[in-house]
Amino acid sequence: MPVIEARELVKTYANVHAVDGISFDVAPGESFGLLGPNGAGKSTTMRMIGGTTRRTSGTLLVNGLDPETRGPEVRASLGVVPQTDNLDPELRARDNLIMYGRYFGLPYSYLRPKAEELLAFAQLTEKAGEKVDNLSGGMKRRLTIARSLINEPSVLLLDEPTTGLDPQARHILWDRLFRLKEAGVTLIVTTHFMDEAEQLCDRLIVMDGGLIVAEGSPASLIRQYSTREVLELRFGSERNAALVDRLRGYADSIEPLPDRVLLYTDNAEAALAKVKADGLDPVTSLVRRASLEDVFLRLTGRSLVD
Amino acid sequence: MTDLTTDTNALAYSGRALSAAEQAAKVRCWGWWYQAEWRLYSMKAYWTSVLGWAVLTPVLYVLAMGVGLGGLVDATSGGIGGVPYLTFVAPGLLVSAVVMSVGNEMMFPVMSGFKWQELYFVRAATAGSAGQVALAELVAVAIRAAAEATLFWLVLVVLGATSGGWSWLMIPIATLAGMALGSPIAAFSATRKDEGFEFAFLQRFVLTPMFLFAGTFYPLESMPIYLQWVGWISPMWHGTQLARAVSYGLPLPGLEVALHLLFLVALLGLGSWLVMKNFTARLNR
Repeated sequence: MPVIEARELVKTYANVHAVDGISFDVAPGESFGLLGPNGAGKSTTMRMIGGTTRRTSGTLLVNGLDPETRGPEVRASLGVVPQTDNLDPELRARDNLIMYGRYFGLPYSYLRPKAEELLAFAQLTEKAGEKVDNLSGGMKRRLTIARSLINEPSVLLLDEPTTGLDPQARHILWDRLFRLKEAGVTLIVTTHFMDEAEQLCDRLIVMDGGLIVAEGSPASLIRQYSTREVLELRFGSERNAALVDRLRGYADSIEPLPDRVLLYTDNAEAALAKVKADGLDPVTSLVRRASLEDVFLRLTGRSLVD
Repeated sequence: MTDLTTDTNALAYSGRALSAAEQAAKVRCWGWWYQAEWRLYSMKAYWTSVLGWAVLTPVLYVLAMGVGLGGLVDATSGGIGGVPYLTFVAPGLLVSAVVMSVGNEMMFPVMSGFKWQELYFVRAATAGSAGQVALAELVAVAIRAAAEATLFWLVLVVLGATSGGWSWLMIPIATLAGMALGSPIAAFSATRKDEGFEFAFLQRFVLTPMFLFAGTFYPLESMPIYLQWVGWISPMWHGTQLARAVSYGLPLPGLEVALHLLFLVALLGLGSWLVMKNFTARLNR
């Protein structure tokens, strides 16, 4: 049985279709991504899963239950990591976990040792007695994730888990999430970071304007919607657009952006050599593997983080 | 010893936690209380000021009004309604102090729960429901009000401003009056998206007139009739009249007692319904 079964989900706010008829399944233990720019409908979908937003139409089952009618049962099986670390600043790190556990009706005899274990998992044992305000951004994020695990959920909902973190803090966080995945927790992650989706997700849907525009594993999406490699050329903002026509012959397809031109090809080194041989002299050039960013660009014609 | 930082299997499922179904069953019954418990706990940052206030206010007011102003009133007219001025004014002071505290507790802290700290959204994402988040808020503030009223009452007993006997009933009366005014304020605060002038307006043009015209310092009947209506719609006046009846035996006909109670209970009922409605609308967008 899928952990999540969504059919034709729609959420409309005053004539705005935040989510416009999406269907997907998530299997137990899977790491599933919702990828898309701000306003794509990712967070709304997450809230419908937790039953804190009523859907306009469509059906949704979480562990076989409808979150709207069986909210407490569904939410007791979920761990929620919201976009902002809404920890209680009046309380110490440890108390934030214990308090949250109480909201699930868990007894103190369970919560006290569990909180210590989760603090260790989040590498915050030394900060257990600190007020939340004294923690760094990365620490707060890890504490929020620890908090979401207090009720031993089978599904973890992570809404943009690493937004606003520095690269080191992101890697620590990814490592913690990867361990949870190994332990069998189903992860549902929204993100607008392509590298994050590629790191964490077995499978993902790409959302835009409330619709699913593509679905698959990161590798299969790249295969399907992009070439193996990408050549990025910068000729200066004046010349980028002007040279597009001349560059067409060098690649399968071309994406002109304001600051650079992307050439999609299976052999970017060879394309670069040809470009240079023909006397087109880019200011800078970069040969790289294609990423989900390219998939999104190809699908929507827009870059993800505007 | 197990390395806790790597034993994520045990973290994900230790077998010690209640099952999701068991958690949900407990929270369906008691979720409101689990949340109220922590709302009260997180007030501990200002519990000392809450309690200090509850002790200091009656001392100051009783000295200023009871002894200072009271000496003058008693000397010139022999008290009010046959009792010394201190006895007359004490129940009103207790009720109005509690109502004012509840009023304030229902403004910025409620808006903050939605806006700055988002603590209501945190609770709504747990096994509890939006309705329980609302109920928890009302219960926690009512408990805080009752605690303040209890301290205030004890100080009045020590200062001899109220008798023993039934005067302890001022505690539930003041709590009821406070929640009767506080619940509609909470419902209003739950709709606020920004910190505008509304709370200052409420404080200056609603709470303060209700306090001044609630017959706290003089019988409401001594006001001209065209101003008495402010008292009639003030939960403070209804609470104060009831408190006087239990504190020193102000004679109130049974019908009047019933009307005072009915007004307060009806306002509390309406306010609580609006709190539930507005909290749910905002938490379950």
